[in-house]
Order: sequence, then C-alpha cells, then structure tokens
Amino acid sequence: MKTRLLTLVASLGLAWTATTSHADENAPIKVGVVTFLSGPAAGPFGVPARNAAEITAELLNAGKAPAPYAQKGFGGAPLQLVLVDEAGSTTTQVTEFRNLVQRANVDVVIGYISSGNCLAIAPVAEELKKLTVFFDCGTPRIFEDGSYKYVFRTSPHATMDSVGAALYAKDVKPNAKKFSGINQNYAWGQDSWSDFEGSMKQLIPAAQVGTSQMPKLFAGQYGAEISALLASGSDIVHTSFWDGDLEAFILQAGPRGLFKKSTVILTTGETAMYKLAAQIPDGVIIGARGPFGVFAPNNELNKWFSSNFTDRYNVSPNYAAYQMTQSFLGVKTAWEKAQAANGGKRPTPEQVIAAFEGITYESPGGKVQMSLGKGHQAVMETAYGMTKKVGGKMTVEKVKRYPAETVNPPEGIKSADWIKNGFKK
Amino acid sequence: MDQLIAVCIDGVIYSSWLFTSAIGLTLIYGVMKILNITHGSFYALGAYMAASVTGALLARGMEPMLSYLVLLGSAAAVALIVAPLLERGLLRFMYAKDEVVIMLITYACFLMLEDAIKLIWGVDPYFVAEPYGLLDSFELGSLTYPNYNLILIGIAVASGLGLVYVLNKTRVGRLLLTVIHDPEISRAMGINVDLFYLVTFSFGAFLASMAGAFTAPTLSVVPAMGVDIIVLSFAVVVIGGLGSLQGAAVGAVIVGLVRSISIHFAPELELFVIYFVMALVLAVRPRGLFSVAEARKI
Repeated sequence: MKTRLLTLVASLGLAWTATTSHADENAPIKVGVVTFLSGPAAGPFGVPARNAAEITAELLNAGKAPAPYAQKGFGGAPLQLVLVDEAGSTTTQVTEFRNLVQRANVDVVIGYISSGNCLAIAPVAEELKKLTVFFDCGTPRIFEDGSYKYVFRTSPHATMDSVGAALYAKDVKPNAKKFSGINQNYAWGQDSWSDFEGSMKQLIPAAQVGTSQMPKLFAGQYGAEISALLASGSDIVHTSFWDGDLEAFILQAGPRGLFKKSTVILTTGETAMYKLAAQIPDGVIIGARGPFGVFAPNNELNKWFSSNFTDRYNVSPNYAAYQMTQSFLGVKTAWEKAQAANGGKRPTPEQVIAAFEGITYESPGGKVQMSLGKGHQAVMETAYGMTKKVGGKMTVEKVKRYPAETVNPPEGIKSADWIKNGFKK
Repeated sequence: MDQLIAVCIDGVIYSSWLFTSAIGLTLIYGVMKILNITHGSFYALGAYMAASVTGALLARGMEPMLSYLVLLGSAAAVALIVAPLLERGLLRFMYAKDEVVIMLITYACFLMLEDAIKLIWGVDPYFVAEPYGLLDSFELGSLTYPNYNLILIGIAVASGLGLVYVLNKTRVGRLLLTVIHDPEISRAMGINVDLFYLVTFSFGAFLASMAGAFTAPTLSVVPAMGVDIIVLSFAVVVIGGLGSLQGAAVGAVIVGLVRSISIHFAPELELFVIYFVMALVLAVRPRGLFSVAEARKI
C-alpha cells in the first residue's frame, strides 16, 4: 500500500514536472517593440514598422511563414508584443527601456529608429543584461566606438548608405565638379554627411564641397538652405533627411527647381517616393537604406512579407517595415539555433546571444550577415536607382546593386578610417 | 551679389512666416497677460484643418485657385470653434490666478490638444502641395522663388498693419487699449471686458492657425508640428518685448535675417545664432527691445 502510494505521488510529481516544463517551453516570449507611434517620424517610419512587427508576430505565431521560419513563434513559443512609443527625449527613452525590462519583464527588446536613442540605450541594455536588437537606427558609432554583448543591430549602418550613394554618384556624374549636402544636425545626419563627403573625395577627387547645410531635426522650413544649395551651383546634392523633414524638403525644393539644377540623392527617399510622386521629378537618385521596398529581391520571403503586409494595410511596406521584420527573423534564427543546441529546451539569453553572434540568415531583403561589431552588426548589399514615372506611376530605373563588402568596412576598421584610406581592406 | 539678394529675400520670407506665427502670441499677452502655449496647438490645428479640407476639396474637383480661400476659411473655422471653447470653457475662470499658473494651464491644454489632433487625424502625414506651386515663380539671378512666398509676406504685412490701425485709429482699438491699461476700471466704465478677452483670444488663435494653414502647403503636416513654432515665437516676442506689436515685427526681422546670413555664410552656426541674438538682446534690454515701463500699482 505504502509502495503504491509512493508510486502514485512520484507519478503525480513527474507529471506535474513534465506539465510545468512543457508549459515553460511554450510560455509566451514577451518582445518589447519600440518605434515612433507619434511625432513627425510616426507616419513614414514608426507606424509601418509597428505594422510590420504586428503582422510578423501574428504570422510567426500562426506558423504561416515560409521555410526556414515555419516553426511557430520562436522555437514553438508564441510571441507577445509590448509596444512603446519612441517619441520624446532620449532620457524618456532610457526610462521607458528600464520599464520594459524591469516592470514589463520582456525577454527581448526590438526597436529604435533614432540614432540618438540607440546610442543612449546600448549601455543601458548592457547594464540590465537584456538582449536588445536595433532594427533601423544608422549611426556606425554604436559598435565602432563601443563593444556590447547584449546589443545587436540587424540593419546595416549609415556608412553603407553614404558609400553606396557616392558610388552611384560617380556612376552617373563622374565629372562632377561640386557637391553639397543638407543633413539633420545630429548623429545620423552628421555621420551620413561625413561618410558621403569622405567617399566623394576618394571617388571623384576633383569635386569640391559647395555647401554643407545642417538644420536642426524637424526644422520644417528650408527656404534659405535651398537657396544656399542653389547658389552653390552643385552638380550633386546629398541628403539623408528622413521623416517629415524629407517630405518638407521635397515639397519646398521642387518648386524652387533644385531637382532640375542638381542631381539630388535622397538616401532614404524610398519612404516618400509614392506619397510625393507628383512632387519628385524623374532623375532623382533614391535609396532605401538597403535592398528593401522597391529594391527588394524577388524571393519567397519577400513575396510572403510584401503580400501579407499589403493585403493587411493596403500599402506596400517601406524600408522601415522591412527592417523590423528582418530583426524578428534574426532573433528567431538565433533563438531556434540556441534552442536546438540546448536539447530543445528554452535557451537562456546568453545562449541566444552566442547563437546570434556572426550568423547569416535570409530576410525579405535578402542575405543578412552579422559580420561587423564582433558579430553584432549586420551588413547587406545595397542598391540605388533613379526615379522614372511610367504611365504616371513612380518607378525606379538604372538600379545598381553594390555587394556588402564593397559598401561596408571590414571588421575591426572604423568607417571613417576605411573611407579615408581609399576603401582598402 | 546674387547671394546678398538671396540672403535678404530668404530673411524676409522667413521673417514673414515668423511674424505671422508670433503676432498672435504677443497680442494675447499684451491684452490678457497670458503666455499662451496653446498658440502652437492653434498653428498645428490650422495646418491640419487646411491640409485635410483643401486636399479633400481639390480631390473633388474644386477650382485650384479657390484653395487659398479654403486655407483662410480653415484657419477661421479653427479659431471660431476651438478658441471660444477654450477661453469661455476654461481660461476665463483662471484670470485671477498668477501668470505662471495660467501659462501652466495653457501648457496642459497644449498637451491635450496634441492628443486630440492625433485622435482626429491620426499620425500619418497630410499633404496639400498644390497651392504652393499654383502661382508660378519669379527668378533672381540663379535662384527661383515661388510666388506663393509673396502671399506669406502679404499676410504678415496685412496682419501687422491691420492690427496697428485697429488699435490706434478705431474706437474698438481705443477701448481695447483701455482694457489693456486697466481691466478693472474698464469694467467699471461699462466696457464689456469679457467680450474683449474672448475676441482677442480668438483673433490671436486665428493668426496662429492662419500661419499654420498657409504653411501647410510647404511641408508635411505631422503630429508635434506645433512644438517648434512655440519656441521660435517666444524667441521673437522676447527679443521685441512681450506684448509689443512693433517689437514682434522687429524681432522677426532680426531672427529671419540673422538666420539667413548664417545659412549662407556660416551654416554650422545656424542653430546657435537665433538664441545668441536673443541672449544678447536680453543682456542689454532684459524686457526686450520695445518694452515699455509699467506703472506699479499700489
């Protein structure tokens, strides 16, 4: 009797352990998603990125993603999103990040569009030991000036955009005598201009800088800056403006004739090319911060993402949306790799990090290689093209693609040094 | 030479925009002693109303030249609907309180109106670019300027001169000056001070929403667009002297020209110069260039 009772207790204990263990394995994974939900950056960037996060999580949870992402959620566990607005000061964002980690107890944070926010969040993520994946911000300083264990960035940094833009400028205007820039006066704008200026000096040494305008973020009024650009007589004008600033610049520069007098490069122009198709003439150079949107490859993942996004939101995904989904797929790849190495059990954050470092995976934008920043920073190929209206519809022509190793510095070398040394490996 | 002309024209255009944005702020302060932070909200509401109504009417085939009237009408609608609600519904109960308290109340209203804007229009940008390019353009040397800028200059000049005329040459203006000088005595003399406050607040709000409405064709209308304009408008009215119309005009011209010179000749100083000029003026004239000595009441 005693033996039977012990057996029963042991069986119940084992069953409870198994149930608990099973429940733990399939407990939801809380993902903090931080993106602009208000403010000037919400419409063109934050909201498409949030939409991408929601539809990606939904499709992954339902197991409706193509191979190799067919397993539900991350390793079978469903994803539960906790959304946070990125609007507000950097101090606010640091507080919000602490809330996400310490109060909402998220397992991973995916977010941040602003380079300023990324620079502020990275050391806090390290302090709190929380896996944090930057999906969009561009400044190369994060992993060039720092070294982080818990921080990853699954989108390429701004150097790729600037070097790609300079290569394209050389292709279309090899005899340019003068080039100018208008960029926002903070980390993203300054880094973008610095890399573009450096690259132009290497690629077209005879070209001189006309003027470099650095208005403040969200200034909105660019009349005098446009006059200065027009007066400079530049062959090429570079801008890394994004959000409402990009749209305002296009609206104000068009009637002033800037697009006719100079070849203008909009490194983030893909986000505005459809909305402002009537205001953007033919011949404007457009970038998408990588092979996204109009430059995305014709692969199964892109068809899956693009069609689902368009069906749900009645608009094509822009590059911010691509980058968000790319981050989710990066974490999923690392998570499932770590889980497999852990015998199918839920991996620890450190195991996910070990699996994440240096991986290569496929996304709707193509191949992503985590090859910089000791395996924490992604590189990809990039593409640029020129606007061309066909039947009244905005398209791009003369698309050129630049391999990842052509537009990104090698591991261990800072972007500025790499450019200064003539892109030597 | 081209560049000097460009500096002047850019400075005048920017000054006009600044003056139209700031004049309502200084008017409300001059009459009611309210540092009205909701001025930024009225600017944004004017822009949103103009972009959505004009865009919708143009899409339905409205004659494009009528869009300028629609911009004006949109600004008037905002001022007629929102400003009286705010003044009669809330601010009139606060007039006895300290200026700082009233300013904080208007700041709270500003935050609520920002959320209201997001509730009504969402966070997607609105565009109404057509009016900006409708009127052709003029050329000066190598530079092209849309004639639309002349409308902005015209609005600024008309607003400023109109207010000066009304204040100094009409009976209503003289009554208003009496209210400004001493509301209590004015009330005792039978002047409807409450009505003057309501009209002044609504007209100040109209000037802000008109600035927003006529700026809308040149930018993407997005949430939080009213934040920066408040800071710039404060800089302008502080330089000129709070409550002074002439001061606002001179402040706007100084800020516009200094900024334009900086952009053309030392772009790296653009962020710095506006507030440097403000600091410089305040160091020499702590109450602004056109401040007047106030009699102390015992």
